[in-house]
Amino acid sequence: MQSFRTLIALLLAVGSLHAFAADDALYQDLGGGAGIRRIVADLLPAVQADARISASFDGVDLEHLAEKLEEQFCDVAGGPCKYSGKDMQTIHEDLKLNHAHFNALVEDLQLAMERNGVPSRVQNRLLARLAPMHRDVVTK
Amino acid sequence: MSLSSRLKTLFPATLVLALCAGASQAADLPSPDLGKLLATGGVSQVEGAGGGGLTPWALITGYGTRDSYGANLHATAIRTQDYGLDSHGVAVGLADRVELSLARQTFRGSDGALDGLRIGQDIAGVKVRLAGDAVYEQDSWLPQIAVGAMAKRNTGVSGLAGVDNVKQLGAASDHGVDIYLSATRILLDRSLLINGTLRATRANQMGLLGFGGERGNHYQPMLEGSVAYLFSRTVVGGVEYRMKPRNLAVDREKDYYDVFVAWFPSKHVSLTAAWVALGDITVFNPTRQKGVYLSLQAGF
Repeated sequence: MQSFRTLIALLLAVGSLHAFAADDALYQDLGGGAGIRRIVADLLPAVQADARISASFDGVDLEHLAEKLEEQFCDVAGGPCKYSGKDMQTIHEDLKLNHAHFNALVEDLQLAMERNGVPSRVQNRLLARLAPMHRDVVTK
Repeated sequence: MSLSSRLKTLFPATLVLALCAGASQAADLPSPDLGKLLATGGVSQVEGAGGGGLTPWALITGYGTRDSYGANLHATAIRTQDYGLDSHGVAVGLADRVELSLARQTFRGSDGALDGLRIGQDIAGVKVRLAGDAVYEQDSWLPQIAVGAMAKRNTGVSGLAGVDNVKQLGAASDHGVDIYLSATRILLDRSLLINGTLRATRANQMGLLGFGGERGNHYQPMLEGSVAYLFSRTVVGGVEYRMKPRNLAVDREKDYYDVFVAWFPSKHVSLTAAWVALGDITVFNPTRQKGVYLSLQAGF
């Protein structure tokens, strides 16, 4: 009976470990902190060169933006981070962004992930978690 | 239809599209913004509407976001053992909410009893998005929902002795309207697209054999479904199913199936290839028709 209880406890421990691992699966699949850092490092020059949205980044502290983007991607992907930036609505409310602007960023992000070898199905999992943010980003 | 006559029909449509895009610049109208994400306008289905290959989806054709518009031309060829079906047309997406389409279908028999048979059909389509957003609403159970109609007119039969109208084959009418409701969900976390379409129709073989018949002449609900996997940003593949009515005595009409792959190299062009199973077509030919489907869409 004692060994049975131990077995159950062990199974529960392993099970909960597995559950924890499943929670950060997307974070791991993106390459963890290093992978996200590489994606963001690729993304920011791309949006600055993207005539559709580059104006929105004028005068923005890009180092700070990179930090917050990494934090946010890490957070939504289930990684060991907590996004500490301002809320999406506050950041974007004066930018008068429409669907075309939002989609341009999505495309730049897709291409940045593609260049860093992130499989399409993993990219889509991240996009699925970012998509609801359109409500706070798109104001036009 | 010969290549030159097909070009003659497509040329005015191309001109209209080019003029639209140009005129919008000249007249200070919003120019096409090409703002929608790649592949999110679907392709052109065989009756001209935006969607998959066989069935319309709730997605609005083209790359214009809700602040803009998009348009495209399509040319589709289906070849089975004994028949060929060509379709070509133009479609416009307005504010990612309203879709208008025009398509011309030509059906040809090439073997056996129906060798030399030619039947044509013109289809004018309209679709309106009612609710939901297949791309953005990832955290909602609500699919993108659209309602649509296809006004179809059979343009006549040739190559069959003594028959020049589908009514002589048993159809109650040579024109009719399909009405449908589509619901599309893109499950990005699974890289899946799912569509269900419910269509009220009296059309026999989509209308190529007229509307209604001896066995039935009232609207019936038909179920159509597509499931597709997003292999990459530029490649989508999947399967489709389309239920069919059996109104005619001369046709024990069968449901359509296909397996397709669509390639979107840019927002200006897409190419779709499929293997189709269309069932046996008319009692004069018991062979279950299977073959290839190829479609090109070009536009913005």
